[in-house]
Amino acid sequence: MIDTTGANPAALTAKNVKQRLGKRAKILAAIRHYFDQQQVLEVDTPLLSDYPVTDPQLDNIKVENPTVNYQSTSQPWLYLTTSPEYAMKQLLSLGSGSIYQISKSFRQDAPGPKHSIEFTLLEWYRVGFKITDLIDDVTALLMALMPSSLMANGVEILSYREAFLRHLSIDPFSLTTKQLEDFAHQNIDCDFTDQDKDIWLDLLMSHCIEPNLGHQAPCFLIDYPASQAALAKITHDEQGDLVAKRFELYIEGIELANGYEELTDHDQHIDRFEQDNQRRYELDLPTQAVDQHFLKALKSGLPECAGVALGVDRLLLLAVS
Amino acid sequence: MATYSTNEFKNGLKLIIDGDPCNIVENEVVKPGKGQAFNRVRLKNLKTGRAWEKTFKSGESVEAADVMDTDMEYLYCDGEFWYFMDPISYEQIPASLEAVADAKLFLKEQDSCVVTLWNGAPLTVSPPNFVELEVVETDPGLKGDTAQGGTKPATLSTGAVVRVPLFIDQGEVLKIDTRTGEYVSRA
Repeated sequence: MIDTTGANPAALTAKNVKQRLGKRAKILAAIRHYFDQQQVLEVDTPLLSDYPVTDPQLDNIKVENPTVNYQSTSQPWLYLTTSPEYAMKQLLSLGSGSIYQISKSFRQDAPGPKHSIEFTLLEWYRVGFKITDLIDDVTALLMALMPSSLMANGVEILSYREAFLRHLSIDPFSLTTKQLEDFAHQNIDCDFTDQDKDIWLDLLMSHCIEPNLGHQAPCFLIDYPASQAALAKITHDEQGDLVAKRFELYIEGIELANGYEELTDHDQHIDRFEQDNQRRYELDLPTQAVDQHFLKALKSGLPECAGVALGVDRLLLLAVS
Repeated sequence: MATYSTNEFKNGLKLIIDGDPCNIVENEVVKPGKGQAFNRVRLKNLKTGRAWEKTFKSGESVEAADVMDTDMEYLYCDGEFWYFMDPISYEQIPASLEAVADAKLFLKEQDSCVVTLWNGAPLTVSPPNFVELEVVETDPGLKGDTAQGGTKPATLSTGAVVRVPLFIDQGEVLKIDTRTGEYVSRA
């Protein structure tokens, strides 16, 4: 993201430096105040990890490990974390209780108006929360941080299916991959083909739906297809389709946060990681070693919890504009 | 066949789309939440000038277009082709009416033009931003009217017709902005 919100000195000038830094500091203080009142503990986990992530859509930035020659156990590379998720879940498994963190994350994304390789993430976990409790929690935080004009209409909770019906008049669950592909080719100029249903859902979502979300009120998009669960729990919706207990928060077409009712079962995690690596193999991407520290934590038991990551730079952009 | 991957996409890159050479005008990476990334690209067809938006799946490969801008000297027209010369190799190449298009109205012998070559053949021709051309036909000049008043049409040596101030006479050499086709001043 082109930073206009005070994190990047290169984007500041003598004229706006105090104002921008002041606004950023004020929001960060308000976030800390909110969690302090909620008795959620601030933590500070390492940015360098021994393992990369398996998620096929994420790529770590890796750095040479300077200790490799001194310790026989060291690996040649260390990985800048794409989010503090694994480390924070290790803390949860040790019994930390609810925790939050404001930290830098790094992703090998193509830079663009909404993407930067380095960005500030607010990530938090609430022990004992269901996905609906977490949506209430995020809403309360928004109320505390955002200008009242943005929150005047409350928040909207919209299912993935409803979003497709509203904006494209199709049901993403009942259409086959082929039908979705044909529909996409009719509506978007593209030539590629793909056997993966999620590619077509992602294409339609990013091109035809996302830009329309969250204009009247912040919009929580819920009940994602189970294939897009990442590390969220899976359940059946009212129509009997398998959906993920996951939400994405959109404000004015911008994706601001991604939340899960967290998967806690060790064996199911192994299955998801294997699916990730299978997809990586199909995409000609390197398969990734699974984080052994994280697996160990899962084996010892992750408490039932819900967690969310929120882009602080985007939040600031919305809060000050 | 040379190709570009989407991670090499940037403004100005030339691609072959549906058989035609195209230029990337804008390249935006879009990514829904945690999903697949796409390159939403604004393209311009270099043959027709049409601009439109097309989406590629990140990681897709697209055929590269061998398109190059070259400075060349305009020589002459034989009625069918316009001939340009590479000032270094002295190689001469003919450009068709399709390639020269509206630029033909501003081509003056020995002027240096930018010829866009596709696989070695002229695709488009851009004359210099300003050219100096002689008026071959216009109504007689009105003496004394040097500052204000209307305009009149004048035909230039290349056949171009431009609006000029009333005081301009036949035989005068004028400076013309080729991008707008407008009179700038006396040369």
